[in-house]
Amino acid sequence: MNGVMKSSLILRTMAPLVLWLALPVSIIVLIQGHNNPGGGFVGGLVAAAGVIFYALGRGPEAARVIMRVPPATLCGAGILLAALSGLPALLDPSAAFLTHLWWMTDYGLGTALIFDIGVYLTVVGTATAIFLALIRG
Amino acid sequence: MSFFLILPLLAGIVGSVVGARMSPRTAPLLGAGVAGIAFLSYAALASSVIAGLPVEAAFWSVPSLGMGGGLQMDGLGLVFALLISGIGFFIFLYASRYLAGDTRLTRLSVMLILFMLAMLGAVTADDVIVLFIFWEMTSLTSFFLVGYDHEKPEARKAALQALLVTGGGGLVLLAGLLLLAIAAGTTSLSGIIAARETVLADPTALAAMLLVIIGCFTKSAQVPFHFWLPNAMAAPTPVSAYLHSATMVKLGIYLLARVNPLYQDEIVWQTILTWFGLATGITGGLLALRETDLKRILAYTTLTALGTLTMLIGLAPQLSIVAAMAFLVAHALYKAALFLIAGIVDHETGTRDARLLGGLRTLMPLTAGATVLATLSMAGLPPFIGFLGKELIYEAVLGAGDFAIVLVIGMIFVNGANVAIAGLLSLRLFFGERKPTPAKPHDPPAGMLAGPITLALLGLVFGVLPALVGLWIVSPSASAILGETAVVSLSLWHGFNLVLGLSAVTLISGAVLYLSWPRLMPALQGLAFIDRFGANRAYDLGLAGILRLCDRSTALIQHGDLRGYLRTLFLVTAISLLLTLVLRDGLALPVFDWASVDARALAFLGIAGGGLATMLAPSLFGAVVASGLVGFAAALAFLFFGAPDVAFTQFAVETLLVAILAFALIRLPIRRPDDRVARDRLKDGGIAVVTGVSVTLLLLAVLATPFDSRLSDWFGKNSLPEAFGRNVVNVILVDFRALDTLGEITVLAIAAFAVLALLRPRIEKSATKEPSR
Repeated sequence: MNGVMKSSLILRTMAPLVLWLALPVSIIVLIQGHNNPGGGFVGGLVAAAGVIFYALGRGPEAARVIMRVPPATLCGAGILLAALSGLPALLDPSAAFLTHLWWMTDYGLGTALIFDIGVYLTVVGTATAIFLALIRG
Repeated sequence: MSFFLILPLLAGIVGSVVGARMSPRTAPLLGAGVAGIAFLSYAALASSVIAGLPVEAAFWSVPSLGMGGGLQMDGLGLVFALLISGIGFFIFLYASRYLAGDTRLTRLSVMLILFMLAMLGAVTADDVIVLFIFWEMTSLTSFFLVGYDHEKPEARKAALQALLVTGGGGLVLLAGLLLLAIAAGTTSLSGIIAARETVLADPTALAAMLLVIIGCFTKSAQVPFHFWLPNAMAAPTPVSAYLHSATMVKLGIYLLARVNPLYQDEIVWQTILTWFGLATGITGGLLALRETDLKRILAYTTLTALGTLTMLIGLAPQLSIVAAMAFLVAHALYKAALFLIAGIVDHETGTRDARLLGGLRTLMPLTAGATVLATLSMAGLPPFIGFLGKELIYEAVLGAGDFAIVLVIGMIFVNGANVAIAGLLSLRLFFGERKPTPAKPHDPPAGMLAGPITLALLGLVFGVLPALVGLWIVSPSASAILGETAVVSLSLWHGFNLVLGLSAVTLISGAVLYLSWPRLMPALQGLAFIDRFGANRAYDLGLAGILRLCDRSTALIQHGDLRGYLRTLFLVTAISLLLTLVLRDGLALPVFDWASVDARALAFLGIAGGGLATMLAPSLFGAVVASGLVGFAAALAFLFFGAPDVAFTQFAVETLLVAILAFALIRLPIRRPDDRVARDRLKDGGIAVVTGVSVTLLLLAVLATPFDSRLSDWFGKNSLPEAFGRNVVNVILVDFRALDTLGEITVLAIAAFAVLALLRPRIEKSATKEPSR
């Protein structure tokens, strides 16, 4: 292989720590985006940064293994989820596609959150797909 | 709602799906069945149509798209629908024997069914959009049918030519139809014709008319688009007989007739149709006489018929429309029969060269009989329907006014040429001395003979019963074309008058042309200028020119030099920005309040410093890191000025960007070192400065305009009550403008897929190298 493995001992050791720190943070960012700075897009970027850091420390193949799901699948799942979140509104004939419905407005629980999760997944998938493809080559 | 109007189209759809799974032996028989169902359906409608009752169906109407017309049937549509389905029936029977044993017969049958479906749809559509879709469907299916022998380069070339000319003409037609629909406020054909006054008063009326005419002329092979028709003879004979004599080439004639009520009093319409029609007729006659291939001869005589029909529609009086309809039927019957006979002769003897054939009468008596019947109609001899058509043509032309004499002389030549060709096809091929042929011929099986014999006999029956033809066919269709009831009384005998005299002159000139053909044909073939300056040559040159233009423009734009792309990108951006700013008087400077400057300005110093460092960085890696400084400083600025959300995103994006650039892009093999000389660097620096200045000017101009806070106020006010969120940016992204976001993440994903696809070959290459190491 071409030098990907020759990362420093510090980077290799820190990689999982950073990843497991970044993931919960990214989810908090995703959820708090409703009322505070954050949201699916930034959350996705934070999670992707975690995966990318992991890939720098342990190599792209290890990153792929720990992701379990191919990045491209995440992209597709994200778009699907975002599009599906707009469907329940269609039960009401007067509402347009992607008119969000709410269960608990105080906590931001509603189809808007599902939409944001879709954004999150697509961003993670896109960023990791591009990065992993590049450093493998 | 008439079920019988829909049934043929449904049968066509089902037939094409089912037929695709059938064997080459049975598929054409299914096609014949579909054609038979269609013919009977339309025949069931005939009495209502002839009685003048409205026959329509709300099929294929999409009210939400403003497509209202659906299907409808009048006398004109009926004649075409019966010809298409009736001749189609015999074509399928013929094809099943003509191409027996050919494994591609399934494909041919399905294509023919689809073609028939498209033709039937086109002549029964009352909606211009539906008409256009069917119209282009005939072009597409004809592409596959002409290119049936796709191993042969000339078949491929002819198929492409037919597609480019008729399909391109279809696009021109679409433009015309849309203009008509916009002017009339409806896409319904009958609605457009009913809104005649409004449509003709519209400023686009002339353009619409010309576009429709061009569309029809390409389809019906009028000069100067006539060249594709003889080349399309590369198609198998059943296809030529069907598409290129009886149906598709008459679709243009059909539409001209269909919109005639709209334009019949327009002098431009009359002039163009009359003279281009005559020119097509004469061109066809001349070119037919210099051919030796039976099918090409027939193709050129088809041009004479198409030209005559166009001319007749262009001549204003009622009589000319009556003549057109009578001649249309006569021509469809004898020409389809003769095409099929040409195929039989080719099939049986192994050649279609008119010079090599002769004396086939004793060997193929039934074929000879059908030929004689068909050619007598073609030559316009009584008591055949061809005679009726020709008499009516002369009568119509004589009433044409000032230019009648020119038209009469032209028609004598055109009809004379047809007489000569009719003689050539019957006398020369079937009588006289027997010439040796590659194969020993005999009469073909019944399936192949059924079509020519029936069609030729019909020509005789219709001629003997002119009153029937007048009442059932000519009167309803002519009424539809004229938009008023046409009084038609047809009879074979008009007494000794000028028209009969012209017929005699035609016969004599035809006989002269026939007798001199052995010498005339080589002489005409020697006229090299026709090949050198003809429309076919113009097409070849035009096509080659387009390809050359594509080559050059691609070489110019897609040169493969990444730096060149960047230069183009930046220069175009800069110049278009500058031009817009200057031309639109957009240059402006904001009022600057120095008192507002505080420590936050350091962020902007950071941006400037990062930019400077990027420029001066000695290595690529250094430049990447320095450009990251620009991004982080910008994020700080966002944070300082109350946009934490944007700042947050900017930090995250910048982190990933630097990571991707620093760790991934730098690994990519950049083979070419920076070999720019000082002059190149100066040039690139100039581009950078111009781009920077233009963007700066734009930003200054933006800052100089007062801030319009209506949108941000609205979102700020409604974010919590409407979408229950306090983060306005996020609420806009996931709720108010969620559809935009959905589009954006789709673009993101597509970009990711594109990167994966682009990087894949490299991966596979390195993977295949692995074992050899």
